[in-house]
Amino acid sequence: MEHAQGQQPAIAAHAQGQQHPIGVYLKIWGLLFILSTASYLVDYFHFQGYLRWFLIILFMLLKAGLIVAVFMHMMWERLALMYAILVPTLLLMVLLGIGALEADYTFFTRGVFFLKGLL
Amino acid sequence: MTQAQTIQTNPGEALPLPEGVQGVVADWSSDQRAFKNVPWGKAMMWIFLLSDTFIFSSFLISYMTVRMSTTEPWPNPSEVFALTLFGKNIPLILIAIMTFVLISSSGTMAMAVKFGYEKNKKMTFILLLITAALGATFVGMQAFEWSKLIAEGVRPWGNPMGAAQFGSSFFMITGFHGTHVSIGVIFLIIVAIKVLRGDLDHQRPGFLTGRKGNYEIVETMGLYWHFVDLVWVFIFALFYLW
Repeated sequence: MEHAQGQQPAIAAHAQGQQHPIGVYLKIWGLLFILSTASYLVDYFHFQGYLRWFLIILFMLLKAGLIVAVFMHMMWERLALMYAILVPTLLLMVLLGIGALEADYTFFTRGVFFLKGLL
Repeated sequence: MTQAQTIQTNPGEALPLPEGVQGVVADWSSDQRAFKNVPWGKAMMWIFLLSDTFIFSSFLISYMTVRMSTTEPWPNPSEVFALTLFGKNIPLILIAIMTFVLISSSGTMAMAVKFGYEKNKKMTFILLLITAALGATFVGMQAFEWSKLIAEGVRPWGNPMGAAQFGSSFFMITGFHGTHVSIGVIFLIIVAIKVLRGDLDHQRPGFLTGRKGNYEIVETMGLYWHFVDLVWVFIFALFYLW
């Protein structure tokens, strides 16, 4: 009888899963609306150059962070799951770097090729 | 089996799990399941989403590569995706509406998960259906956008506005994302029916797996749906706003 009582809370806690007040979701929903409007306004007011890039990337990362952390409950998961999912995505930075290098080189050789055609 | 053996084999209460980096080491070195406190369906969905992240990232990075290396001018997305509403030409308005529709569907999905764990069948069903309806609206608007661009002469191999790579990137990236949304809508409807029928309360086995139904599948479904929204955040910023 004693061990049966001891296991009861563990089963109950498992059945509850991720439970958070509804206000959390509504607030994040509102924030996502504000951030989306802001990134749309960047285009609407024709911001150009580094300001445009900075704002677009900033709003994008904030929105992505909010969705993963709250809507997908990542901030309440154990660190082992967080690391297993989030750390491998950092590898994409390497692919991004390789892509950028390769694109620069292709653009340069295309420029040389077309210039020779003109001469 | 004697009484003494029964008592010895009973593991009793588990020790509290360590937190932080110590917890990561403990979870991975335990020679058991690495992902504690998580149903395995959810852990596997996370791993699937990680692989999907790499697929979409490959698309977006190759889009960056072709856009950086083309010698032709890139068509201005702000003008290409403009719509004339009430006699005014509004830039990028269709994409903005699509963004709000998808974010709203993410909000209703998050609430469906919450009501699911509360075993509130009716609210979960209604919210799942609203999510599916918003997803279907999104796909409909995307179909409209595709028809508009195809009518204007945009093809995967060229377009009248500039660099040929615009068409191939556009159809590949939005097409793959739209497919994800469409599959999501189908599964949302399946999960909604399961909820309404009470499959998750009665632990009725699933159609494919035979695993017992429970409200954790609503959260697993939610993870997929939020991921679709997450990918759109990146497409919206990098393809439409850049």
